[in-house]
Amino acid sequence: MCERKEGNGYGRRDFLRMAATGAGGMALVMFGGGQALVSANTVKSTASDQLGPGGYDPTKHHYIYLVDVDKCIGCGSCVRACERENQVPRHFFRTWIERYQVSRSGEVFVDSPNGGHDGFQPSDTGADITKAFFVPKLCNHCENTPCVQLCPVGASFVSPDGLVLVDEKRCIGCSYCVQACPYGSRFIHPEKHVASKCTLCYHRLVRGETTACVQNCPTGARQLGDRKALHDRVSEIIATSKVHVLKPELHTEPQCQYLGLSREVR
Amino acid sequence: MHGQSMNFLFPNDVHIMWSLMIVLYPYITGLVAGAFIVGSLYHVFGRTELKPVSRLAMVASLSFLLVATLPLLAHLGHPERALNIVITPHFTSAMSAFGLIYAMYLALVVLEIWLIFRKEIVELAQRSTGPARAILKVVSLGVYDISEKAREVDHRVVKVLAALGIPAACILHGYVGFMFGSVKANAFWSTPLMPIIFLFSAVTSGIAMIIVLYETLTVVGGRKISGDCLQSLAGYLWLFATLTVTLEILEIVTLSYAQDEEWLVVGPLIKDKIAFSFIGIQMVFGSLIPFIMLAIIVTMKRYLTAGMRNVMTFVAASILLIQVFAMRWNVVIGGQIFSKSGIGFRENYVPELGSREGVAAALLIFIIPFVIMSVFNHFLPLAVEDGDTPAESH
Repeated sequence: MCERKEGNGYGRRDFLRMAATGAGGMALVMFGGGQALVSANTVKSTASDQLGPGGYDPTKHHYIYLVDVDKCIGCGSCVRACERENQVPRHFFRTWIERYQVSRSGEVFVDSPNGGHDGFQPSDTGADITKAFFVPKLCNHCENTPCVQLCPVGASFVSPDGLVLVDEKRCIGCSYCVQACPYGSRFIHPEKHVASKCTLCYHRLVRGETTACVQNCPTGARQLGDRKALHDRVSEIIATSKVHVLKPELHTEPQCQYLGLSREVR
Repeated sequence: MHGQSMNFLFPNDVHIMWSLMIVLYPYITGLVAGAFIVGSLYHVFGRTELKPVSRLAMVASLSFLLVATLPLLAHLGHPERALNIVITPHFTSAMSAFGLIYAMYLALVVLEIWLIFRKEIVELAQRSTGPARAILKVVSLGVYDISEKAREVDHRVVKVLAALGIPAACILHGYVGFMFGSVKANAFWSTPLMPIIFLFSAVTSGIAMIIVLYETLTVVGGRKISGDCLQSLAGYLWLFATLTVTLEILEIVTLSYAQDEEWLVVGPLIKDKIAFSFIGIQMVFGSLIPFIMLAIIVTMKRYLTAGMRNVMTFVAASILLIQVFAMRWNVVIGGQIFSKSGIGFRENYVPELGSREGVAAALLIFIIPFVIMSVFNHFLPLAVEDGDTPAESH
């Protein structure tokens, strides 16, 4: 081991050598061990989650979402349905509706009272409004998502079926993902103190059902598609129509796409 | 688009997520990095006039480093899971590097301080009796050789460690700046300049804190302030404060000149929402006044008495400590005053007094390093005897 210097205890050189070896060893144990744990978790979760309830196989799906802006009437059914389905805390939103009113001179008036939960009352902007429309919003389940990239512990992740989800048992509640989401889709749950967001009603998807918002939309403004399904209607619309995404300049590659989106939309 | 006429916030954007604790966190890590750089100026670059503050700087760096995690723990929704950052780090996140960088830096600073104070630790162990002797023997790690030759080796190792510590300090604080600069969703944070601004302001705050501590401890201890040391520190402070403020101004000027979409929100933010803390405190009171004072100290030293110089340096350093805190406040809070809708502002943030992330908790965390320094100073004096003899020069 180490050479002991007579009467002087260990020499500094020995000590430094020991310290360096110890530090290196510690680092290996900490990070190697940590990585091994992550790998073990990944393997475990992949193995056990491959087939969900009713034989659901996430690798056989890739969900996409389409919003047809012209069809939205701002009734708020989707927001209320989401709140009921997912026990969304008051004053927080996994989905919401914005109302845009644009005047002839280009003034833009936007509002979303209580996230559109209770619908919209007529508003008097005092301007010569020449176009007005509602824009439903939700997590864009981006393919190149900054929220997952910035999560320090891997609690935010992309599922095999293309959804951005949060592991509430691993989240440390640092809010970094809330800061990172350019669309304001995330919030810190006031009771659970973890990041919360739209899951596209994953618990329903695994049962073969559609999302609560899609099911409750009376006009078909919200539609759920599956890129891996044969003859998928939403995939066909996206492939053949002029669709847009929110904030394309950020290159987050949203999987939620919009038909009839106007340039005023933030 | 023109004629935005409504204050619209995304519905989830009504809360300030990162509060006073996240202002305090970069402030503290900045002091850690800055104090270390001061120590390195002596240990690595042979600025012998800084010998009187060489020990103080290293111990100040360690004392603040020991509390650097506390603001984060106070902020986390689940502090009991904090170690997940180390156990299951997600390496695409800047934040995940925290454990690694912190551990490396802590090991480096502790080792360096141990080597610097080794002689005193051994001597104290030999003088002590009972449990104190046993504790000090453990602290000495069984190395009792304090001969001239051994001390020479210590000095060489300290020099190497201090040299390694410079990039480590830069990484520690550059990474904090990167945490903000890499958030592309935020128009005010997302700039490659952010880590550099953080780094320079860290050095500024570190030098300023060492000046304030040195003058206070020396006067309280009834010793004389070393004129050479203070003059040199004032010069460095002037240089780094100038670089910091130049970068801070350049960032805003570039944003303003480019008239990109970011300016739609950053413009009203600094001209209206944070005008007092940004223009008033950070730029005019915090930058302009100390810049003039330090310029006088550096360029007109022959006209100043030692007393005037000491007071002016103390005041300028104190103001710059406020400036750097204001900068952290303006970045962290200012960057959250506007919604990501880009067309809406929240109410101004006022920290609570008594909550977990409130003013009282922040003050408590900020006081701890001074208690640590005081305890350390009780056992191992931070003042360097041969450096604070009456070496007044002006």
